[in-house]
Amino acid sequence: MAHRLSGGGRSGRTLRHLGLLVGGAVFVMWAVATLTFFAIRLIPGDPAQAILGGPGSQASQEALDQVRRDYGLDQPLLVQYFAMLGRLLTGDLGDSYALKVPVADLLGAQIGGTLLLALLSLALAWVLALALSLVSTGRGRIATAVGEGVELTAAALPQFWLAAVLIAIFSTGLGWLPPVATGTPSGLVLPVVTLAIPLAGFLAQVMRESLLEAMAQPFVISARARGESAVGVRLRHTIRHAALPGISLSGWALGWLLSGAVVVETIFAIPGLGRTLLQAVTLRDIPVVTGVVLLIALVYVLMTVLTDVASRIADPRLRQEAEAQR
Amino acid sequence: MSDPHDAPLLEVTDLRVAFGDTEVVHGVSLRIAPGECVAIVGESGSGKSVTARALLGMAGRGSRAESGTLRIGGRELGNAGEREWRRIRGRDVGLILQDALVSLDPLRPVGREIDDPLRIHERMSQPERRARVHELLASVGMPDPAFAARRRSGELSGGLRQRALIAAAIALDPPLLIADEPTTALDATVQARILTLIAEIRSRGTGVLLISHDLAVVGQLADRILVMRGGVIVESGTAAEVLGSPREPYTRQLIAAVPSDVPRGVALTRPEPTGPTVAVLPEARRSREVDTTREPALLALDHVSKSFAVPGGRFTAVDDVSLEVHRGETLGLVGESGSGKTTVARLALGLTAPDAGDVTLDGAPWSRLDEHARRPQRRRIGAIYQDALSSFDPRWTVERILADAVGAATPGHTPTVSNHEVAALLEQVGLEASVARRRPLTLSGGQRQRVAIARALAAAPEILICDEPVSALDVTIQAQILDLLDDLQRQRGLALLFISHDLGVVRHMADRVAVMQAGRVVETGAADRLFAEPAHPYTARLVADAPRLARA
Amino acid sequence: MSELELRQTTIDAEIAHAPAARRRQRLRLPRVGTILAGAFVVFLLVATAFPVLLETQDPNQIAPSEAFEAPSLAHWFGTDESGRDIYSRVVEGTSTSLLIGVTATVIGLALGLVLGVLAGFGGRFVDYGVNRLVEVLFAFPGLLLALLVIVVYGPGPVTATIAVGLSTAPGYARIIRGQFVAIRSSQYVEAARVLGHARGRIIVRHVLPNALIPIFVLATLGIGQAIVWASALSYLGLGAQPPAPEWGAMLAAGRTYLSVAWWMTVFPGLMIVGTTISTTVLGRALARRGRGDA
Repeated sequence: MAHRLSGGGRSGRTLRHLGLLVGGAVFVMWAVATLTFFAIRLIPGDPAQAILGGPGSQASQEALDQVRRDYGLDQPLLVQYFAMLGRLLTGDLGDSYALKVPVADLLGAQIGGTLLLALLSLALAWVLALALSLVSTGRGRIATAVGEGVELTAAALPQFWLAAVLIAIFSTGLGWLPPVATGTPSGLVLPVVTLAIPLAGFLAQVMRESLLEAMAQPFVISARARGESAVGVRLRHTIRHAALPGISLSGWALGWLLSGAVVVETIFAIPGLGRTLLQAVTLRDIPVVTGVVLLIALVYVLMTVLTDVASRIADPRLRQEAEAQR
Repeated sequence: MSDPHDAPLLEVTDLRVAFGDTEVVHGVSLRIAPGECVAIVGESGSGKSVTARALLGMAGRGSRAESGTLRIGGRELGNAGEREWRRIRGRDVGLILQDALVSLDPLRPVGREIDDPLRIHERMSQPERRARVHELLASVGMPDPAFAARRRSGELSGGLRQRALIAAAIALDPPLLIADEPTTALDATVQARILTLIAEIRSRGTGVLLISHDLAVVGQLADRILVMRGGVIVESGTAAEVLGSPREPYTRQLIAAVPSDVPRGVALTRPEPTGPTVAVLPEARRSREVDTTREPALLALDHVSKSFAVPGGRFTAVDDVSLEVHRGETLGLVGESGSGKTTVARLALGLTAPDAGDVTLDGAPWSRLDEHARRPQRRRIGAIYQDALSSFDPRWTVERILADAVGAATPGHTPTVSNHEVAALLEQVGLEASVARRRPLTLSGGQRQRVAIARALAAAPEILICDEPVSALDVTIQAQILDLLDDLQRQRGLALLFISHDLGVVRHMADRVAVMQAGRVVETGAADRLFAEPAHPYTARLVADAPRLARA
Repeated sequence: MSELELRQTTIDAEIAHAPAARRRQRLRLPRVGTILAGAFVVFLLVATAFPVLLETQDPNQIAPSEAFEAPSLAHWFGTDESGRDIYSRVVEGTSTSLLIGVTATVIGLALGLVLGVLAGFGGRFVDYGVNRLVEVLFAFPGLLLALLVIVVYGPGPVTATIAVGLSTAPGYARIIRGQFVAIRSSQYVEAARVLGHARGRIIVRHVLPNALIPIFVLATLGIGQAIVWASALSYLGLGAQPPAPEWGAMLAAGRTYLSVAWWMTVFPGLMIVGTTISTTVLGRALARRGRGDA
C-alpha cells in the first residue's frame, strides 16, 4: 500500500509531525502569555499601588506616577503587550513587585527544587501504580476488589490532608522523619510520598484498564502456548501494555504534580515555585505570578512533546493507525 | 514398547470440558499420527477451539477438563499440573492462532517472541539463540530474517507476520502442531502460501491438528476430518469420505452451504422444519446476460477517483474506476483488503464526493447533486454492511429501527408506522414478528443481518449496496443470508452491488464481476467467463489461490 | 476534574457502545461497596438539607473549657480550639462543601459542553481553534488556573467555586468533543444518512442522546474532585475562610494544632475522602447500569 502514498518518505512524515508538535508548543506558550497578560489586567485595583506595598500603603501621587513610568504602566495596553512579548523572548520576566528582584532570577533559583520534587514523585507514583496493578489484576475477585479499592482511596486523598496525616504519624508520632524540609534527603521523603500516592491511585486505575485489555488478547495465549508461566507473561508481555498509558499521561501527571506542589511546598516549607506562587497570589505580585505560570506552562508543554514522541517510539501501533486509514 | 514412529502423537479419548456447570465439550476422542493432518471443522459455538486449547491444558478460566486418556507423545497428561503442562507447551506441542497482528505481542520484536520458547526450554547462549531465530525465520520463507527479527508484528505485512507466528510455534520442532484458524484473517493469495507452508511442515513428519470453519481450506490440507457440532463429533473419516460422501445431515448441510461452485440461483440451504423458511429454487439459473447496449445502467461510476490526506501525503484509494450496475443484476466487486472496495461503496452511496469523475443514478447526476437535492432520492439506494450491529443505534429496538426506516422513506410528514408494517418487513426477511420488541444486541449475527436487510428494504430501493455482508457470519448462516438476498432480488427486481473479498461467494452470487487491485479495476466481465478464463494475471492469481472445495 | 477520571469514563462510554461480544470481563467492587457508598451519600444529602437532624450539638457553640478534647462518646470527632464539637461542625459544613463542589462541577460541565459541542460540530476550523484553546487551558494544570482566577478576583468561596469550575471545564470539553467526534463517524450515523435523514434530525435523534448519557456519569465522578480542589483552596486560605465550617477551612484551622489535636485535621479530611470515594463508586455503578451489565 505504501506505493499509493505520495508526499515525502517515512522520515519526511516524522519531521513534519515533529514540526507540528513544536509549532503547537510555541503557539500554546504564546497563547498562555497572552491570556495571562490580559487576565492580569482585569485585576481591580491599581498595579502601581501594589508595587508600592499594596493597597494599604499610603503612597504619594508622585511615587505612584514614578512607578507607573518605571514599569511602563502609563503606556497604551497594546504597547505594553508587545513590550511584554519582546521581553519574554529575551527571557526577561520583569521584576517582582514585592521583592524588587528580577523574576527570572527568583524563579531560576526555585525551579530546581520544584522539578526535583515533581520528578521524584512521578517516578515513585509510576512504580507504585505499576506494582499495584500488576499484583492485583486478573488474580481473582478479591484481589481485584482490594486493588480497585486501594486505587480509589489513594486517588481520593487530598494532598493537604494526606500530608497532615503523614506528618502526624511519621514525624510527631514516630519521629522518624522531619516535618519540614531540612535540605537533606530525609526531608524530601514525606513530600514526595504525599504527592506520589494520589497520583499512583490515578495511574493505577488506567494501568489496570490497559492490563486487563492486554491480558485478554490472543498474544497472551500464544505466549503461554510456548511454555511461558503466568508470572512470565506479566513481566515480559503485559507490563509494557500496562505502562503505555502511563507514558502518554506523564505530561498531564507532571502538570498535576506541579499543581500539587503548591500545597506540598507550603505545608512542608520547601522553597520552590509552588510556595512562591502562593505567596505572590496573596500579595498580588503580578510579575511573579505571570512568571510562574509561564514557566509551569513551558515545562508542561515540553513534557507533552516529549511524551508524544516517547509514546510513538514505544507503541508502533500509533504510527500505523495513521497509515492504515483510507 | 512399540516403535515410537508408529505411536500416535496425540491420543485423546472422551474429552469433556465444562465451564462452571455448563459442559461445552461432550466426550471428544481423536488421535493423530506423525505426518498426518487431522482437521476439526465446525461453526462458532461448536467447541472446536476449546478442544484445541484443552489439548494444551489451556481450556480457559474457570474450566474443568477431564478425559479418559490424554496422551501427547506417549505421555499421559490427564492429571498434569500446570508445571508439567508448561514443559510440554512449545516443546511437544506448538500453537498457531489466527491473526498474527494480535497473536504476537505488538510491542515486542518478533525475534524476541520466537526467542522465548528457546529461552524457556533449552539451555542455549544468546548468540546461539539468535542464530536459531534467524534460521527459523528463513525456514518459514521470511526474506531477510535478520531484519524481520527486529521488527514488531505490526510492521510486517499480513503474510510475513503469520510466518513469524508459525516460526515461534515450531521453534523447538514440536512433533505436534495445532493450528487454530491459521489463515482466516488473510487474503487469498497469502492464505495459499501459508497453507503450503503448513503442508511443508507436515511433510517433515510433524502432525498437524487443523481447526477451521472453512471447508475449502480443510479440504486442501487434511488427511482426516472430524465434524464438530455442539461439543460433539458428529462425523469423522478421511477427507475424501467426509467431503465426498458425507453421511450426516449436518455435514451435508455444511458442504451444501459453501457457495463457490454452486451455480447462480441454486439455493445453498434447504428449509428447516422449525426455522425460518427460505424458498428452495427448483432450477439453476445461468448468469444473466445483460445487453449493455440496450439497457442503460441504473448506477454508474464513470472514471471516479478518490484520495485522502493522511500524515505524510495523500493516499489514493480509488483510481480512475468505472463501473456499471444494471437493473435486476448483481455486480460482484472483488478484491483483497486495501483494494478500495469500501471507498467505491461510499462513493456509490453518495457519502463521499469523488475527486474526479461522476456517479450517476439512472442516468441523472448523483455525485454532483448537493445533499439537499440528493436526500429525497436516497430511498432508491440502500446499504447493508459487514457489521450489522454497529449500524444500529445502540439504544434502539428493532421496531424503532424499522419504523424509522419506513418513516424515512415517506418524505414530508412522518406518518405513524403501524406494527403491521414492521411485522410485514420482518416476515419478508424470515423473522418472526416478536423480534420487533428486542434489541439488536440480543440477536444472533444472522438475525441482525436480516434486520439490516429489512431496514434497507423498507424504502423499496432499486439497488442495494452490500459491503461484505456475510464475511462475519458462520457458513450455514451465510448460506441463509445469501439465499435470502437472492430471493429478494428475484422478487423485487433489485440490483445488487455485492462487495466481497471471498471469491467463492462472489462466484455464486454475481452475474457480472469487477476485480479491483490497489484502487483500480483490472478486469470486468460476465462471472462465468471471468472465473473460467481470467484475462488479467491478477484475476488469474486470485482464482488460482482461492481454495476450492472438491465435491463429489 | 482529573483527566484520569474523565478518561476512565470515556472508556466507560466507549464500552457502552461496544456490542456484548466485544465487552471485556470487568471484575468490579462487590455490591457491598455500592451500598456503602449509597448510604454515605444519603448521609451527605441529609446533612445538607437537614443538618439539625444529624448534629449532636450546636456547631457554633463555643466552650473554651472543652477545647482540644480527644474523640469520645460525648464528642465523636473531638473538639477544636474553641471547644466546638467537630462532628457537628463537619455536618454543618456539608452543605457548603457540597454546594461548592456541585456548583463548580455544573460550571465546568456547562462550559465544557459549550466548548465540546462547538468543537464537535463547528466544522474544521472551529474545531481546530477550540481544540487549541482547550489545550492552552490545559496547560494550566488544575490548581494553577484556579489560582490565576483568584489572583484576579481575590479570594473567597464564590471565587474559589468559579475558579475550580473553570479549571475543570477543559477536561470536560475534551471528553465531550471526543464523544461527538466518535459518534459522528460511527456506522449508525452513516446508516441514518443512507436512509435519507436530514442532518439536524440525525444530530437530535442519534448523536446527542448517545453522547450525552455518559455526561451525567462524568458529572457524578467530577463532584468529588471538585470538592477536593475547592477545599484545597480553602486550606490555602484562598477559598472559604474560617470560622466557616467548610471542610477545607476546618483543615486549615487545624494545621497549627496538628501536634496537639490530630482529630481536627483527620476527621474533616475523612469526610472529603469519603465523599469523593462514594460519589465515584456511585458514578461507576450508574455507568455499569447504563451499559447493561449488572
